[in-house]
Parts: sequence; structure tokens; C-alpha cells
Amino acid sequence: MAKKNSSDLIPLLRRMWLIRAFEEKASALYAERQIVGLLHLGIGQEAVAVGVCSLLENNDYVFGGHRSHGHAIAKGADINKLMAEIAGRATGYCAGKGGSMHIVAKETGFITATGVVGGTIPLALGAAFAAKERKKYQVAVVFFGDGAGQAGPFHESLNIASLWKLPVIFVCENNGYAEFTPLSAHTKIKRLAQHAKTYGIPASTVDGNDLFAVREAMSKAVDKCRAGKGPIFVECLTHRMRGHYEGDPAKYRELSQLAEWKKKDPIARAARALKSRKTITDKELEAIEREARELVEKAAEFALSSPWPAAEEIDSLVCAATT
Amino acid sequence: MPEQTYLDAVRAGLAEEMRRDSSVYIFGEDVALGGPFGATKGLAEEFGANRIVNTPISEGTVMGLAVGAATAGLRPVVEIMFIDFITLAMDQLVNHAAKLHYMSGGQLKIPLTVRVQCGISGTMGAHHSQSFEAWLAHVPGLKVVMPSNPADAKGLLKTAIRDDNPVVFVEHRGLYWSKGQAPDSDYVVPIGQAKVVRQGDHVTVVALSSMVAPALAAAEELAKDGIEIEIIDPRSILPLDVESIVISVKKTSRIIIVHEAVEQGGIGAEMVARIQQEAFYYLDSPIVRVAAPFAPVPASPALETQFVPGKEHIIDAVRRVVGAP
Repeated sequence: MAKKNSSDLIPLLRRMWLIRAFEEKASALYAERQIVGLLHLGIGQEAVAVGVCSLLENNDYVFGGHRSHGHAIAKGADINKLMAEIAGRATGYCAGKGGSMHIVAKETGFITATGVVGGTIPLALGAAFAAKERKKYQVAVVFFGDGAGQAGPFHESLNIASLWKLPVIFVCENNGYAEFTPLSAHTKIKRLAQHAKTYGIPASTVDGNDLFAVREAMSKAVDKCRAGKGPIFVECLTHRMRGHYEGDPAKYRELSQLAEWKKKDPIARAARALKSRKTITDKELEAIEREARELVEKAAEFALSSPWPAAEEIDSLVCAATT
Repeated sequence: MPEQTYLDAVRAGLAEEMRRDSSVYIFGEDVALGGPFGATKGLAEEFGANRIVNTPISEGTVMGLAVGAATAGLRPVVEIMFIDFITLAMDQLVNHAAKLHYMSGGQLKIPLTVRVQCGISGTMGAHHSQSFEAWLAHVPGLKVVMPSNPADAKGLLKTAIRDDNPVVFVEHRGLYWSKGQAPDSDYVVPIGQAKVVRQGDHVTVVALSSMVAPALAAAEELAKDGIEIEIIDPRSILPLDVESIVISVKKTSRIIIVHEAVEQGGIGAEMVARIQQEAFYYLDSPIVRVAAPFAPVPASPALETQFVPGKEHIIDAVRRVVGAP
């Protein structure tokens, strides 16, 4: 499935640009205080989101973490509703009750993000359990960072997923930093895929800034998972180009390190690869970026011109009406 | 109506709902073997090991797994063996189960039932005897149910399983082998409706879960002195049926609140606040709480017996509020 024609890869490049442009716009709006609160951006990690989700069907389940705008867009979320949610507006996916860290876009299969590091890993197991019982060959995918690898639920979840052969794919975005400190200050383990092996789960570590490498690993993972062979762990080595959250000056990181990672920019790499295959021209590449930025401008306009939630919404939907 | 134990009623409620709805699944430690008290005995034989799922000792992850399964269309029942271990699952319960409906703007529903048993019974010490219902009742998005007898246990459990929200169903271990009349039929008891267990004119006694029985025993003794207490069993504390309590206190003008959990910060404090707000001018005496001392549950039987509020404590409190010696 990963061996698509090169021209089929153009929509993936387009999607990566959409995520990049979206988050850059969110960052700009944050600087202007048009968006407030906590904003965790995944700029630099787009190849993981798009590479992973490009292998999924609409009815597959995806769970995210606190840095998940890109995951939601990659799964097909509407950027207008997403931007409106981040801006706290009534027209947002969650009617302004979720915010940046709690995106739910159920109709796309993006079930939920979370503000609790590692918190959605067990949730993905549950969706995978339901999928397995229904025998519809769906898979559940959960994105989490290297910081989650030291949390209890991560280990408990790997154990249960393996024990019950659940169709769940663990996608670890190892961006080297858990909040402000490097992974080496959190654990002696360098590659979190090692934990998967402990629990008997097939695992691989790939270059997370290489769209094609991510897709190749994911393609195998999805095939195995759908065939009922149990969980898979894919560790993607990547880097977030921004701080932990907007406003974090990230002084814990050397500028030289940032420069090195800039050379590995996932969008530029994918673009170069497609160009070298003569699949795309410079002009077309420029158009992709321009179109992404135009769409995102429209999303921002939609969000900022949308109404705030009404005051009476404060305590509506606390409980569901049982049907 | 046949007589059955509280445990039988719980088991019957589970079995009936599993027959009724194929999306009901049970997850928990040793549940396929019936669990330590037999609440799920025989269910794996009837419904299969795929629906009665033994889990590793990973409460937090199992709770999260159930939340995820609920988002994907199942109606899970999670058994936490002792409420003391719900601490390990509080993250998933509080941050996901309780909030996902709200945080998703109504896109997600979490029809999850958490069965857990609480309380003091059998000198099990501080890690197998606690009552945490007040913590749970502080969380928007949860429902918290505490049945005191077999009929309510079955009827409320069936309602909990059919509810589209996370419901924490708090059983009391000390009640498991107590007997009562419970219909065999398919009946449900609504969540959020208190029950007047005994009528009386002089003092209202709100008694929760295991405290209903000692309140009834106290009533018999007090009646000999001409003091008639009205006993109200709230049955659920979230939502709390304040109205029924207020109707009673407007009649009696005196009220005591009895629960097994420690007094400080207990659900009784919330009741006191609501009663004084709604019925301040009807009260003829201060509201008194009868509850456990503010200490961990001691292990020694000599101390444990004194720790649990009982009939004598209730009688003392009633006499105090009526001004009798």
C-alpha cells in the first residue's frame, strides 16, 4: 500500500503543508493574543502525522496527545472548525469546550487528544478491543511522545495490548525532549522501541522526518494489525522546531542542534524527493505552499469572526442525555 | 418477591443487562472466575470469556481501556476490586471518563459503569476499607450511586449500565450477604431519587449505604421513648436528591446525616450546605453529622469496631438534636 505512484504522494505533501501553515498561523495569532491559553505546536513533526494517517481508513481510530493539531488534520479534520476550537469559539469542533489540547473530530475518526501525557494510550486499547470484537478490521493508532514512555500507563498498555493481541499501533514521536529536559534525563533507554520488544511487540525505529520511511513502517504495521496479528510499535525520530509550548524560549536546546534539524525539515525533504523523481515542479511546489497558506488564512478568518460560546453553555453537556 | 442477597442482586442485574444488550462487557481482575466475592460468578460460563474479561492488575489502564471502548460503541462495566484501588484509576476516571462528553462538545458519550465495593467489613485495614464517595461526587460529569439493599442494588445497577454517562456504582462489602426482597422482573430504579425508608415526625436521619440498617435499629429503640425518626436513603449522591431531604426537614425541623466515610469533607458537608440554603428557617437545631473519625481505618478489631458509626452513635445524635437527655 505504501508503494503508491509518485503522483499519489502530492496530496500528502499538500497535507504536510496544510499542517505547517496551520500551526504557523496559530503561532502568529498566539503572538497577537488572538489565541490564548497553552499552545503546543508540532512544527517539524508533520511527516509522522501525515505518513501515519495516510495509511489509515476513515473508520480507523486515532488518538492524540497534547501536541496533536497535526494528527487531527492528517486524519481529515476540518481546519476551520479546528482553528475555531483553538480560538475558543462556538463554531469549533468542541463548541469551544475543548481547546487546543482536547480536540475531538469524531466523524474523521480522530477520537480525542488529551492534556495528560500518555493518557490516551489506554483509550486506544479500548477502541482496538471494540474493533476486534466487531471484526471490522479496523485499527486504532495512538500518537504519544518520548515523555510518555516513562509513565505507568504506557507500560501497562503495552502489556495488555500484547497479551490480548489488540489491533493497536503505538506511534511514538521521539522528539528528544520531554517538556524541557532531554530524554537522557528521563531514562537510560535511548530507543523507546526497546520497551515494546520487552512486551513481545514487534517494533521499529525510523527517521520520523522522512515521509517515505514513516509510510513504509506504517504500511507493514497496518497490514499486520488488520490481519489480526496484534499490536505494533513504530518509533519515529523527529524534532519539534518550537518550544514545548508557544512562549517557551527553549533555552535548554543548542541553536546548532536546531540548525541540524532544520536541514532535515520533513516538508523540504519530501519536496526534494518528489522533484528528483520529476513528479513535481518548483512552480507546483510554490502553489502547494501558497494554497495551504490561503486555506489557513480563511480558517483564521472563520475562527476569529465566529461567535464566542454563549454564557449558558458553561454547564451544558456536563452529562449526556441518555437515549 | 423472592428474598436474595445483595450480591445475588448485583449478579442478577449484570446478567440481565448482558442478555439485553450485547455491547455490555465486563472488565476486571479475576472477574471471569467470579471475583473475590462472587459478584460475577457464572457470567463467563453464560457470556463467554470475550465478554467477561480478566485483566492484569493495571487499574489505571483498564479504566482508560474501558473509556476508549465506550467511545467506540461498547458499554463497559469495570470492576475495581476495592475502592481503595480506584486511586490508581482516578486519572482516567476524572480526566477522561467524566470530561470527554463536555470537552468534545457532546461528540463523545461514555456509557461506562464502574462497579466498586467500599467500606469497613472484616478488619481488612486501611487499604481495603475506605469510603471515597465524596471525592467522586466532586467531579462534574460523573454519577455516584450507593445502594443500601438488594432491590435497589439490582434496579440501580441496571439503570447505571443503561446510562450514557460514567456511573460509579459503589457497593458496600458489609452488605454483600445481607438479604432483602428483590423482584425477579426487569425493573429499574432511577438514579437521583432518594427513598424515604421510614416515616417519622421528630428528626430526619439521612443514612447512606451501610448506615441505613443501624438507622433502622436506632429508630426502633428511639420509638420506645416516643421519638419517631424519618429515615431517608439518598441512594445516589451525584446527583443528590436535595428536594426529598428538604421536604422531610421542613416537616421535622431537625436533621442528622450519617455516613461511614470520615466526617471532614464528607458528602454530609455538602448536604448540610444545601439544607441550610433551602430550609434554614425551618431548622430548630444545628445539623449534626454522624461519621467516622478523621483517621485512616485502623486494622485492630478493637479499634475498628469503635471507628464505624453505628446504632448508638445515631441514637446519641438524635437525642442531642431533640434536646432529650
